[in-house]
Amino acid sequence: MEEQDELTKEFLIESNENLTQLDQDFVELEQRPDDKDLLSSVFRTTHTIKGTCGFLGFSTLEAIAHGAENILSQLREGERILTPALTTLLLEAFDVIREILAVIETTERESSQQYIDLRERLKAACDSNEETVSSSTGAPGDESAAELSESDGGVETPEVSAPLPVESSAVDKEQARPAAPAAKSSLAESNIRVRVDLLDNLMNLVGELVLARNQILQFSESQQDTNVTAASQRLNLITTELQANVMKTRMQPIRLVWNNFPRVVRDLGRSVGKNIELQMEGAETELDKTIIEAIKDPLTHLVRNSCDHGIESTAVRTGAGKSGKGVVLLRAYHEGGQVNIEISDDGGGIDPAKLKSKALSKGLVRTEELERMGEREILNLIFMAGFSTAEKITNVSGRGVGMDVVRTNIEKIGGSVDVQSQLGQGTTIKIKIPLTLAIIPALIVRCGTERFAIPQVSLLELVRIGVGRGQQIESISGAPVYRLRGKLLPLVYLGEILALKNDEDQSQEPSVNIVVLQTDDKTFGLVVDSVSDTAEIVVKPLSKLLKGLSWYAGATIMGDGYVALILDVMGVALRGQIMGIGHSHAHVAHDESVSEISDRQAVLIFRSGSDKRLAVPLSVVDRLEEFPVERIESSGGRKVVQYRDRILPLLALNEVLDSGAVDATDSEKVQVVVFSEGERQVGAIVDEVLDIVEDSVGVRSPSSRRGIVGSAVIDGGVTDFVDLRYLISQVDEGWIADGGRVTRVMVAEGSRFSRGVLRNYLEMAGCEVLEAADSAGVLKILRLHRVDVLLASLDLPGMDVYELMRQIRTDLGLYEMRMIALSSESKDGSSPAAEDDPFDDYQDELDRESMLQSVTQLTRAIESRQAAQVEVLTT
Amino acid sequence: MNHTSSESANEHEQQLTTFTVAGLFFGIDVREVQEVLRYQEMTLVPQSGSVIAGLINLRGEIVTAIDMRRRLGLKDREDGVLPLNVVVRSDDGAISLLVDEIGDVIGVGRDSFEQPPDSIDKEQRDLLDGVYKLDGRLLLALSTAKVLDLSPTSS
Repeated sequence: MEEQDELTKEFLIESNENLTQLDQDFVELEQRPDDKDLLSSVFRTTHTIKGTCGFLGFSTLEAIAHGAENILSQLREGERILTPALTTLLLEAFDVIREILAVIETTERESSQQYIDLRERLKAACDSNEETVSSSTGAPGDESAAELSESDGGVETPEVSAPLPVESSAVDKEQARPAAPAAKSSLAESNIRVRVDLLDNLMNLVGELVLARNQILQFSESQQDTNVTAASQRLNLITTELQANVMKTRMQPIRLVWNNFPRVVRDLGRSVGKNIELQMEGAETELDKTIIEAIKDPLTHLVRNSCDHGIESTAVRTGAGKSGKGVVLLRAYHEGGQVNIEISDDGGGIDPAKLKSKALSKGLVRTEELERMGEREILNLIFMAGFSTAEKITNVSGRGVGMDVVRTNIEKIGGSVDVQSQLGQGTTIKIKIPLTLAIIPALIVRCGTERFAIPQVSLLELVRIGVGRGQQIESISGAPVYRLRGKLLPLVYLGEILALKNDEDQSQEPSVNIVVLQTDDKTFGLVVDSVSDTAEIVVKPLSKLLKGLSWYAGATIMGDGYVALILDVMGVALRGQIMGIGHSHAHVAHDESVSEISDRQAVLIFRSGSDKRLAVPLSVVDRLEEFPVERIESSGGRKVVQYRDRILPLLALNEVLDSGAVDATDSEKVQVVVFSEGERQVGAIVDEVLDIVEDSVGVRSPSSRRGIVGSAVIDGGVTDFVDLRYLISQVDEGWIADGGRVTRVMVAEGSRFSRGVLRNYLEMAGCEVLEAADSAGVLKILRLHRVDVLLASLDLPGMDVYELMRQIRTDLGLYEMRMIALSSESKDGSSPAAEDDPFDDYQDELDRESMLQSVTQLTRAIESRQAAQVEVLTT
Repeated sequence: MNHTSSESANEHEQQLTTFTVAGLFFGIDVREVQEVLRYQEMTLVPQSGSVIAGLINLRGEIVTAIDMRRRLGLKDREDGVLPLNVVVRSDDGAISLLVDEIGDVIGVGRDSFEQPPDSIDKEQRDLLDGVYKLDGRLLLALSTAKVLDLSPTSS
């Protein structure tokens, strides 16, 4: 009995494999009906199945296989030609065989169904040709007798060459074929069949070995004994190789998934009346077995999609000047540590307009959001749940499976999916999947007292914002962002989303560590306390109890035995609600990427008297306050208010600007914009603060009006920029230590546009600005004019910038002047360390806030030094 | 750990590993218990809810620890008092139950089995299979399956 079961099991496995191969062969056969080799192999396979069926006593199965085999025999002998109708019939027979095999698998016997109709049709097809055949192979009755005698030895077909115990091994089919044609893969590899759970065990053990190896390495580092270190080194090498090899055993070619597709495409094409050909490239590309399982369904859906919705009908195609036959191309290749799978079709492409209207009508997205989307984002709408652009949902691909499920499944295994399309030309879906799930390289980070691992595959870069540069983190609509090379990077604080206790007060942290991560085309920065090494970690799944925590991808055991949680990058992003922010700021980032140097600034807009729109750069604003009228006092003829243990002088802006009577909406309270310059503060009373806007400060027309620097179009409205310096000078002339002297800054930058942008910015902050386009210009101006601070671009045309600086210091003797170097990359944390470095500071050209800060600081340094000198002189 | 049985070892239908949580005396079928351990260092799982105490490295296997005080709705342990581990097997891997004290393995007879009395809080009663009336005290028989079921629809 036992033996019988084993035989049956073997039979089932082999037959299923054979049937899959038959599917493929048949589709090929349709393209090349005369291919003798194909015909032979198909016949042989069917013959084998039939033989074994008989041996095992599955008579219905045998009868059907026999019917098919008869027809195939005629084909093989060249007595008839394969027609599409015949192919369909034969494929139907094989499908039925599969059905019966499935029944046998569960019940160990055939079902009671006899499939009489099919058998008769097979016989009829065979007979209908018999009449036209001159030399027959004998009456059907004789034939079956002859076949039966063959079937006694049916088990010993070419497939199994040696009488080995059935469960241990079977020589690969390829090797057994007598004259393997060159067209088919004729590798003489020796293969062995191994149970999957054995391989899984092996993989687990290797994982444990890797962990133990990590621990030994850690201990051996503190060992002096060279024998120990040598042995552990050897262990290290061997483990690494073992790991690599075991991983390879689990690698299977993607061909295994693609096997079914030719048949799928063929059947689909016929059922919808389209002419579609499937091409496959890179079928030998290997993937880990677990991944193969996971992508089977998504790929099937995508292929069906291409056939159903992508490729147009023959009529439409020829009408559009395309060839009548549509092509679906499957491509797989390794790249960058990942497997790339592409499904392309040369069909009609995706119509973005239709997508948009569909998305709107289904309420999946709002008009404003749509307007802000780039083309890529619009195409990615198809992955949203509840979306289907097909005019009618066929029962082929529209069974409610949906592209959203495809994307979810792919992302579950750590992959990503993207769609590109050209209307009228075709669509390509690109899938990227990591090579293995089990052992991955990861970055270890610390947050609070805990350690976490971040899969390196999602890691883009590390950014460290140095001491005192915390201001580089800006805030847009309440969300923290960092400007990385001109693009806005939304930030997520790991400590916040995990509600971790801090080791020390966060605000005292000298430096901010940002891990820049990417998930599904969204980039964001994860702020952590510190970054440790990278390590190869074994991914262990979390218990079901923790499955709902989508921001953890698993756990691992570090070299020192510590259990570290592995972060799921997508889950972390969602938890930090990055996706929303990333979306709405997509267009901001978009614009940024168009011109590296953009002149966007944050601007505070308010009104006062008859001035309906006034503005100051947000960077000079300290606070916005509101005081009850009663709190305003008089002191020395000036309005003041007690504010945070100090006296804050107040200015009525409308008086300063001479803009007529106040029109405050609230007579009991006043709105005050507080500016500060170092220790000094002044509050400007305005009628109403209107908005804070980030916009490009475009063309600016100068103003002759006192107190107004100029006007520009901000956020769609003409806005006057208030001259802050003038404002302050109105309060108390003595407030400006240099007696009304304005900081004079020279901007030395080759690009006229950049110069203009910087000039605008500095002038609006109250500086006087001179411009130079190259080194020669710098020197020329410096010979004639006093300059307080020089802002020089490191890419300044003319002589080398450092040489220029040297000349300024020594030849011109300008030791007082402060110099700031402007670079177009963010130099985080780097400040001049060298004694002979001529620059006082380095600033990012695009980070104007920080640059202004630096200018102010340096100016103040000059002022206080001069004040001290004055003191010395006068005492 | 001691695995002594009680007096009449022969006629007992069930053997339970016993432990104490907040003064209450509990037992779990000994066949479900993998081992008992002293306090083990744990890694916290932030934002996992109050019942999950953390993750333990048990000879290379990552074991999730459930704080039984929290699970049973009892008062928290005092500061500085370290819990002990009762590691149970489930088809989800090994899970550790954090308890106050570990007791002996006790054999109990079917005749002393009863439904839990109403004097026991609902939160605990929902996790019990029943109680055993031993001389002098009540042994609360926990259902491992119910203890490990943290889904919202369960207790």
